[in-house]
Amino acid sequence: MTIKYYFDYNATTPTDPRVVEAMLPYFSEKFHNPSSFYRSAQETNQAIEIARQEAARLIGARPEEIFFTSGGTESDNLAIQGTASRPREKGNHIITSGIEHPAVLRTCEHLEKKGYQVTYLPVDGCGLVDPADLEKSLKDTTILVTIMQANNEIGTLQPIRELARIAHQRGALFHTDAVQSTGKIPVDVKALDVDLLSFSSHKIYGPKGMGVLYKKKGIKVDPLIFGGGHERGLRAGTENVTGIVGLGKAAELARLEMAEEERRLRPLRDKLQQEILARIPEVLINGDTDRRLYNTLNVSIKYIEGESILAMLDHQDFALSSGSACSAKSLEPSHVLLAIGRKHEEAHGSLRISLGKYNTPKDVDRLLEALPPIVDKLRRMSPFWDKK
Amino acid sequence: MYSKKVMEQFQNSQNYGKIEDADGIGKVGNPRCGDVMWIYIKVKDGVIEDAKYETFGCVAAIATSSMAIDMIKGKPVSEALQITNRAVADALDGLPPEKMHCSLLAEEGIKSAIEDYLGKRDAARRS
Repeated sequence: MTIKYYFDYNATTPTDPRVVEAMLPYFSEKFHNPSSFYRSAQETNQAIEIARQEAARLIGARPEEIFFTSGGTESDNLAIQGTASRPREKGNHIITSGIEHPAVLRTCEHLEKKGYQVTYLPVDGCGLVDPADLEKSLKDTTILVTIMQANNEIGTLQPIRELARIAHQRGALFHTDAVQSTGKIPVDVKALDVDLLSFSSHKIYGPKGMGVLYKKKGIKVDPLIFGGGHERGLRAGTENVTGIVGLGKAAELARLEMAEEERRLRPLRDKLQQEILARIPEVLINGDTDRRLYNTLNVSIKYIEGESILAMLDHQDFALSSGSACSAKSLEPSHVLLAIGRKHEEAHGSLRISLGKYNTPKDVDRLLEALPPIVDKLRRMSPFWDKK
Repeated sequence: MYSKKVMEQFQNSQNYGKIEDADGIGKVGNPRCGDVMWIYIKVKDGVIEDAKYETFGCVAAIATSSMAIDMIKGKPVSEALQITNRAVADALDGLPPEKMHCSLLAEEGIKSAIEDYLGKRDAARRS
């Protein structure tokens, strides 16, 4: 690990050394194309199937329901576009939420241009979708509901089981983007009763460039990528064996170590929240304080802007992220924060802390020491802060 | 993303704050956009003898405000009016393209503060 204090685990995670070790033989030694005939190739095939079993175990699925992709974004695209392009006797209406990841939102917007109808459900001040709103929006023509299990910015956890039940009552399929939840909290696709689910390797200490689409047995989805028939015809392309092996190992480790991680990190996150509120005046918490990932804390620090906070923190070797427009090189601040009712300037002044494997209590204390003076200086530089 | 000079200007900026009895105040920008600059100037015998800024904004916004203050301090008002956003950006060894609008805001802030000063001065002379 570098010397930086890393608090941006929702953005990405370092690949676990045990995962790297598992991947290494598959670069130059066991490099064979899994589709080839000879014995060595069969071995690579076996390695893929073992990884598939681990991915399945992580979410309570059967191995034949696991399909490897290039990441969470591709899985989301495959789930949504692959459902939308199916023969449309039923209709062309899709329902999603206003706080989804761009991989879902941009895909839905693309489908709208192609003539699909999309409803974007509102969320309340904590980021929660109201099942009653879903019920009201469902039509006989609705083919798919897609709602993320955990939000990447504010950590809000949606009532997926309830939402899926409502979608199924009206004959619509249910997909969830579980990129932020899988590997952090127990996810059981049978208990949730979802038809499709996406998760990502690089959020769970696996390599970047790998993801999974869970597709319940019997559900039909059209491929996005055509070619050599890989992944049982759902996703062509010679398998990224090193990536798959890495994802499999990461999935196994997540399954075994998840509970302990929660025990360790929840109190650290709670301490950060408590102390930030105690040491810094005029701070808002973004998200639900109960139904929230235990590693995520998102706050709006009034009267100052996020990128400048990040820059001062970076100067002292802290890595965090923000919902400000400037930090995203965008003209608009976080759509998630606006959706929960924050004013633009409050969204611009937001800070996201997301904890992970290598955070220690000392890291937390360092951040708590560093942040108040930074906020103080930026506030004294701000036209909006009067108490000099 | 940012030049070394921008980061230094940002990190070490000292010329921020209010001037209580300012001769001119320029307020530009928009909290919705995440960029607000207030420029304060004190003018004596047509020269800007003191200037300060208050900025709500990103690294580029703060760095350009701070550099703008450096550039107008001690200058005659007429010269300060000539300062362009390009000059501010160049003084910082350049800005990323998506951040150039921050330097525009700095230029507008200077002009707005000077206009405010000139307006008050002319009003005082008329009365």
